[in-house]
Amino acid sequence: MDTLLQQLINGLTLGAVYALVALGYTMVYGIIGLINFAHGEVVMIGTMVAFTVIVSLAGSGMPPLMILGIGLLISVLVCMALGWSLERVAYRPLRGAPRLTPLITAIGMSMVLQNVAMIIWGRNYITFPPMIEKHIFTVGGATFTNVQVAIVTLAALVMSGLIYLVHRTRLGMAMRATAQNPQVASLMGVDINRVIAMAFVIGSALGAVAGCMVGSYYEIAHYQMGFMLGLKAFTAAVLGGIGNLAGAMAGGILLGVIEALGAGYIGQLTGDFLGSHYQDIFAFIVLIVVLMFRPSGLFGERTGDRA
Amino acid sequence: MLEVTGLRVSYGGIQAVRGITFHVNEGEMVALIGANGAGKSSTLRALARLLEPAGGSVRYRGKELVSLPPYRLVGEGIALVPEGRGVFPRMSSLENLRMGAYARNDKAEIERDLEHVLGHFPRLKERAQQTAGTLSGGEQQMLAIGRALMSKPRLMLLDEPSMGLAPIMVQKIFEVIRTVSLEGMTILLVEQNAKLALEVSQRGYVMESGEITVTDESKKLLADPKVRAAYLGE
Repeated sequence: MDTLLQQLINGLTLGAVYALVALGYTMVYGIIGLINFAHGEVVMIGTMVAFTVIVSLAGSGMPPLMILGIGLLISVLVCMALGWSLERVAYRPLRGAPRLTPLITAIGMSMVLQNVAMIIWGRNYITFPPMIEKHIFTVGGATFTNVQVAIVTLAALVMSGLIYLVHRTRLGMAMRATAQNPQVASLMGVDINRVIAMAFVIGSALGAVAGCMVGSYYEIAHYQMGFMLGLKAFTAAVLGGIGNLAGAMAGGILLGVIEALGAGYIGQLTGDFLGSHYQDIFAFIVLIVVLMFRPSGLFGERTGDRA
Repeated sequence: MLEVTGLRVSYGGIQAVRGITFHVNEGEMVALIGANGAGKSSTLRALARLLEPAGGSVRYRGKELVSLPPYRLVGEGIALVPEGRGVFPRMSSLENLRMGAYARNDKAEIERDLEHVLGHFPRLKERAQQTAGTLSGGEQQMLAIGRALMSKPRLMLLDEPSMGLAPIMVQKIFEVIRTVSLEGMTILLVEQNAKLALEVSQRGYVMESGEITVTDESKKLLADPKVRAAYLGE
């Protein structure tokens, strides 16, 4: 029972991060049908930038929360600029090219970003200086920290903001229209180039927030961390039904919980043959099962009309 | 109001429209008729810039349109009701109509026009909250026309509004088109149903393999034995 509750809490934390990253994949896919495989690297850059800002401000005597806030803000701004540039430089010239071309470009951009990060931040693991004094709460035998509470709360706020944006603003309406029929959207006066750019910018901002969360949760960062995180978030997006915002949110949380439960019980399941460091396999089992039995995802939006 | 000179459209190496010249005067309804594949829809799509014209000039109220980016056309007062309706399937009818007014920012007038459009189509009022993808073909056509009206256009381009609809629905749609025209709207109508199109319009152009072959008042075209033989099934 302790394990169950504990792993549910851990899964929720992890899931909140996956959900934010998954939204970046799903927004871009929903609008231009591209799986932006460089998105994981945008998240990694977000973590790295936050790291640099926090480390350089750590000795300044500013209150720690303020330093964290500045780190988050700069990281979000840098990632927004990065997302905008990616679309402008790498994907826009390929609009109208066969679908495989931008996909391969995305993989290429992912490698470029990894290598740039390696040059800037080095090839070793870097440790985040602990900025928040950790408080540990205990409920029914399970423990969680104030960092986890902050992650889940912030994720909920950011996602509510996104829902508001998409359903209640002019830009959101333009985004939905473009996703459903770009040609007709442009007839209505929507500048679809701008909408596509905004999908990248907003997705990257969410990714930066997720990157900062990962950094402050695990307290380490590495130039290759975006790869696995990106793949898992992509899995979450597919699980929820890629192109569907609510699906990405639900898929992220669900995947986080599945993974945490898997990690918690894998020892018992395999007679201690496999340990909890095998938790990564669960995400991919989920991916394979979804692709085999329900490729349109749980929230099954038909992907056929968006080819 | 609209002056098209030497318009050419080609795709995939095929010339769909081979340098046609025609015009639409303010307040009139002009029909562009012809067989399937004659280049009518390509002409309309090129005017709305869904296709890049390969050559020629499109002057609208004295302004050259070919150099404008497509999304700016609606601001100039041009609205296309696309072939196959092109409603936003996962938005409600009401949201579709509001999308029509996307380029406008005169809030109070948008609300007034919304009432006016729903007055044309009481059926859409009943279906206001329903997702557009679940509407019938005729209702979607009404929605597409209503959405175009919401942009407050001066010139409406209608692409095959009767396509795939039951005869009773076609009648209803054309009643509305006639009403809108009587309210003073300038309309360019592309239609395979030549009889219907010539009955509601004042002038007509007949297209054949990418060229305009005959033009006259619609009444005279309706009486022309050659037109009757080729397009009215006599």
